[in-house]
Amino acid sequence: MSVFVFAEHKGGSFKKSTFEVVSYAKKIADMAGVELVAGVIGKVSDAEMAQLAQYGANRAMRDQQPDLETFRTRTYADALTQMAENVAANVIVFSDNFMGRGIAPRMSVKLKAALATSVVDVPKSVSPMTVKRKSFSGKAFSIVKANTPVSILSLVPNAFGVVEKPAAGFATTDFASKLRASDLAVQVEAAETVAGTMPVSEAEILVSAGRGLKSPDNWGMIEEMSQLLGPGCTTCCSRPVSDLGWRPHHEHVGQTGHVVAPNLYFAIGISGAIQHLAGVSGSKVIVAINTDPEAPFFKAADYGIVGDAFEVVPKLNKALKDFMSKQ
Amino acid sequence: MMKVLVCISQVPDTTSKVRFKEGNTQFDTADIQYVMGPYDELALTRILEVRDAGTPMEITVVNVGDASTENTIRKAVAVGANHAVRIDAKPTDAFYVASQLAAFAKGQGFDLIVTGKEASDYNGNQVGEMLAELLDIPSISNASHIEVKGGKVVVEREMGGGKETVIAPTPFMVAGQKGFAIEPRIPAMRGIMQARKTPIKVVPAVPAEHLLTVESYELPPAKSGCKFVPKDQVDELVRLLHEEAKVL
Ligand SMILES: Cc1cc2nc3c(=O)[nH]c(=O)nc-3n(C[C@H](O)[C@H](O)[C@H](O)COP(=O)(O)OP(=O)(O)OC[C@H]3O[C@@H](n4cnc5c(N)ncnc54)[C@H](O)[C@@H]3O)c2cc1C
Ligand SMILES: Nc1ncnc2c1ncn2[C@@H]1O[C@H](COP(=O)(O)O)[C@@H](O)[C@H]1O
Repeated sequence: MSVFVFAEHKGGSFKKSTFEVVSYAKKIADMAGVELVAGVIGKVSDAEMAQLAQYGANRAMRDQQPDLETFRTRTYADALTQMAENVAANVIVFSDNFMGRGIAPRMSVKLKAALATSVVDVPKSVSPMTVKRKSFSGKAFSIVKANTPVSILSLVPNAFGVVEKPAAGFATTDFASKLRASDLAVQVEAAETVAGTMPVSEAEILVSAGRGLKSPDNWGMIEEMSQLLGPGCTTCCSRPVSDLGWRPHHEHVGQTGHVVAPNLYFAIGISGAIQHLAGVSGSKVIVAINTDPEAPFFKAADYGIVGDAFEVVPKLNKALKDFMSKQ
Repeated sequence: MMKVLVCISQVPDTTSKVRFKEGNTQFDTADIQYVMGPYDELALTRILEVRDAGTPMEITVVNVGDASTENTIRKAVAVGANHAVRIDAKPTDAFYVASQLAAFAKGQGFDLIVTGKEASDYNGNQVGEMLAELLDIPSISNASHIEVKGGKVVVEREMGGGKETVIAPTPFMVAGQKGFAIEPRIPAMRGIMQARKTPIKVVPAVPAEHLLTVESYELPPAKSGCKFVPKDQVDELVRLLHEEAKVL
């Protein structure tokens, strides 16, 4: 018996969301009184692997076969299923992101294990697995129960936080899962990395702007604000803004875009339509800046400034600069 | 001719007020308007665009649902799908739905299976990959673009800070997310007439397991109200975010 967590990395370094999901899985392992095993795919150094122990992993398995360099959903699901079976996992944990969303449903079928996605909290019970998850595009939560002995959870980024809990011992075992050659026909033709940008769904702070900014040329102050708020912050936007091509599509949040749950969400010149709110209502604290005192966003916000963004944001940036320099 | 299967869900209209009944154990469907899942609509739209751009396709739309979903299915035909199928079962958990879709699709030689990223009611984000696994075909989920070139599927995916273009032979499953298509297609009069004449094939459900059960629902706690800060006191906002909300 064990809890198994997929520890995703990028180019050999673990991401913050990985440490969060390991922390979360550790909590479940403690609740169940079993060990926590991390599964890693690809080239990661021993020193980097050891970081997983900081957050409670008792050991790790690593599959470094070259055929795993490209992310192929079925192949990754094959490899991780073999690892999870090897350690007799009864709970398997993913971060609710691109890879997790692809792999977890396949493992659910392979292992006949109930899958709860968009999980926002620690399980109410581990056996049977009972857990709270987001539904209705963030307008509600549901408490779901697994009807199977093995269950799979995928955790919404920032829902639990990173918690250090060093494990007493830690070791990495290399594992070579059986992969099928047929999947190699799925190939990456081109890759483009947007260096240094934090994915919108994983950011701790989001500076989001809408059609109220009037033109794509006005985003300088938005980007400046994001930069002032540090590496955990990035920019995003409402749907019309990305539809108009003012901002890239990956910045679009809302019901048909990214569903986000940062600690702090700035909504600047965004009206607060229900479809937009559906994607951001999981934010811990919302600040709305809008010229219209009747803008629906103020109903969902914790703090509000009624005013012209072109006046307020530059002043706010100055105040943030002063504040950050004193931290 | 490429055989394409597009899986469509029916969900409450996005502006619906979400309420529950029977001690928060059931979704209250009173006054709810149902529509095609927004992602599914975009996925279907994109497939129609690819067909219109010159890839010969035979498009089947399928829904797992009771007779109340037929208007949604008809809309899919009205915008251009060739065949329509309803699997007569109540869509409960994702595994059950995927099992129904797999039983239907098996052996029919679909080259491409397309789903939305998620149905916007239960937001499982599961059915597409489960279906691909049940059919044992490779896949990409959360794809932001698709094209067909020389019989192969070309898909874009955005993964944490980067974008990849992936090329894959068929059969293949793709789940589309935002960006897949921009605006859903609106049915034209001719399409609506066509949809009236097109029969919806009703297929009986197969026995399948329910892996996950909803025990109850909760609404998020109401916000305690917005604290307004005068526009010339931005320093005060920074102070509140730091000292009161503790998020800076
Ligand atoms: C099926 C469906 C799905 C959708 N999904 C999404 C989604 O995922 N995400 C999304 O965002 N939308 C979505 N929408 C669209 C949504 O309904 C709204 O149309 C959209 O969110 C509005 O964007 P906006 O607030 O940027 O623009 P607007 O509605 O044009 O609002 C602009 C706001 O800026 C304010 N403003 C103007 N000038 C200034 C200024 N100088 N300073 C400060 N404030 C100013 C105005 O008072 C106004 O409140 C969806 C719609 C549908 C039908
Ligand atoms: N009842 C259903 N009938 C047909 N397709 C469905 C059904 N439910 C979900 N799907 C498809 O699976 C995708 C993911 O749904 P879900 O896993 O429920 O979020 C949707 O976008 C649809 O394409």
